[in-house]
Amino acid sequence: MRNTSLWNRRTRLTLLIVLAATYLLAVFFWGLFIDPSEYGVHYENKLLAPSGQHLFGTDAMGRDMFKRCIKGLSNSLVIGLLASLVSSVVALIMGIASAVFGGFVDRFVNLCVDLCMGLPHLVLLILISCMAGRGTVGVTVAVALTHWPSLTRIVRQEVLQLRNTQYVLASRKMGKSYLTIALTHMVPHVLPAYLIGLILLFPHAIMHEASVTFLGFGLPKEMPAIGVILAESMNHITTGKWWMALFPGLMLLLAVVLFDLIGETLKKLWNPNSGNE
Amino acid sequence: MRTRNILYELIRMLLLLILVSFLAFVLIAKSPIDPLVSYIGTNSTLSPEAKQEIVEHWGLNEPVFTRFFKWLVNILHGDMGTSITYKKAVSSVIIERFSYSIVLMLLAWILSGILGFVIGVICGIKQGGIYDRITKLFCLMVKSAPTFWLGLMFLVIFAVSLGWFPIGMAVPMGKLKSEVTVWDRLYHLVLPVITLTVANISEVVLYTRQRVVEIIGSDYILYARARGENQGQIIRRHVLRNVMLPAITLQFASFSELFGGMALAENVFAYPGIGTATTAAALSGDAPLLMGIALISALFVFTGNLIANILYGICDPRIREKEES
Repeated sequence: MRNTSLWNRRTRLTLLIVLAATYLLAVFFWGLFIDPSEYGVHYENKLLAPSGQHLFGTDAMGRDMFKRCIKGLSNSLVIGLLASLVSSVVALIMGIASAVFGGFVDRFVNLCVDLCMGLPHLVLLILISCMAGRGTVGVTVAVALTHWPSLTRIVRQEVLQLRNTQYVLASRKMGKSYLTIALTHMVPHVLPAYLIGLILLFPHAIMHEASVTFLGFGLPKEMPAIGVILAESMNHITTGKWWMALFPGLMLLLAVVLFDLIGETLKKLWNPNSGNE
Repeated sequence: MRTRNILYELIRMLLLLILVSFLAFVLIAKSPIDPLVSYIGTNSTLSPEAKQEIVEHWGLNEPVFTRFFKWLVNILHGDMGTSITYKKAVSSVIIERFSYSIVLMLLAWILSGILGFVIGVICGIKQGGIYDRITKLFCLMVKSAPTFWLGLMFLVIFAVSLGWFPIGMAVPMGKLKSEVTVWDRLYHLVLPVITLTVANISEVVLYTRQRVVEIIGSDYILYARARGENQGQIIRRHVLRNVMLPAITLQFASFSELFGGMALAENVFAYPGIGTATTAAALSGDAPLLMGIALISALFVFTGNLIANILYGICDPRIREKEES
């Protein structure tokens, strides 16, 4: 039976996505345009516990942890965005090339994927970050260059399946050009899977950026970043300053969960079978 | 027939391993790390001629490919070079460090595998119940939390607030090496193992749960019920058999994440394993050690993948028959 009420599953899911996206965008822009003095050094309020004035407390230099988290998360989002864009373009080109040309190209792409997955991801991140000279550039390059293998496999799989479907074969027999087939049949099919893959790349990229930064190969110490904040908090944990580790981690967790949520919900919405349940 | 496939797989993996080490070698060789500077220090008084001599002795001015080939030959002779940070042979550093890490990883791997599997099966059977919902939420949270943050939280709760466990390291501070007992070591292992277990468990739980739900909804389960099999029989005869092997395979294929999680957990707990050695080596520009660790970690991942592939072939009759025909 058709659900005619306005408050059906589709509306609910859409609303969920809008809310999650609003939160992430708000954090992103707030961090982007925040005045650096808001998380500046104030030695007179160092190591304060969370309160109304300092939501997440302050650190050993009296910097407001909440503002630092916002700025840090915003930095992470920028790196995540760059990484997702680069990785997804690489994945799109490699995935399509491997499915369309097959043979040698296919084997080469698979070899690249295997190579990239041969080292533990973290070790590869550290090696690339070191090669690129650590710091902001290092971590961005590392995160951007290591997230394409899984998406490449998805794109390749999708295109491979499409290539032998009846309607693609039929339209080729009817004399349509490869470009037309690609634009009218392939793109609309691959695009949703690709976009969802791209959104689901985000949380991985953010988390890996934080991990690499935490280990000391990423963003420099003076830059507000979740990884830096958590690495600093390790010095104060033993003296019971729990808020320095709890809240920044929760912020990161929330961002990751929301990206996951957006990706998974879009997957449901764009799938005609489950979209209208 | 099957031995030939395994042999083929082994050769493929060996070639890939060489390629992966070459990739790592190029990455390290092209990095701004100057082996000479990290070896003699930044403010050395060596004359330029002496430096030139070292460079030539080490073959640093030769092309990357020749250097890689020499390194490979040395590896085959069991010589991995000398670590600059630890002033010992790389192989002995890796063996010592890895012996600590392997205990940590093995315990976490087995624990997360068994616990995850059991929890996953229960969730799948009681799908939609309150227990299932809570577990699913927990898994999603844990999956989204960085491993090092989980470690920090466990530190805050169990080591600082409750004081049940030590803050870090592998042995009590200020105790002679001969006095350290197995219990001391185990006691220091608890928190890192819990961290790594929790970080790895969600994947097993969610995967097992998904499979169990699929199986429970299948026609042969309906038929089994119609035949009069009770819940216990169905679980034992159909569900467990169908889920167990893919779950084990998945667990073997997750060595890469296990290694990454281990490195992060070790750094949080200052546990003297291969993970802390990795960061130390990379931070101080210790190229030989870094290369050795890259090789070992790649070997570790490949072993897991190889076992997973073989298990897959043995356990899935469809693949087995395709290979035999």
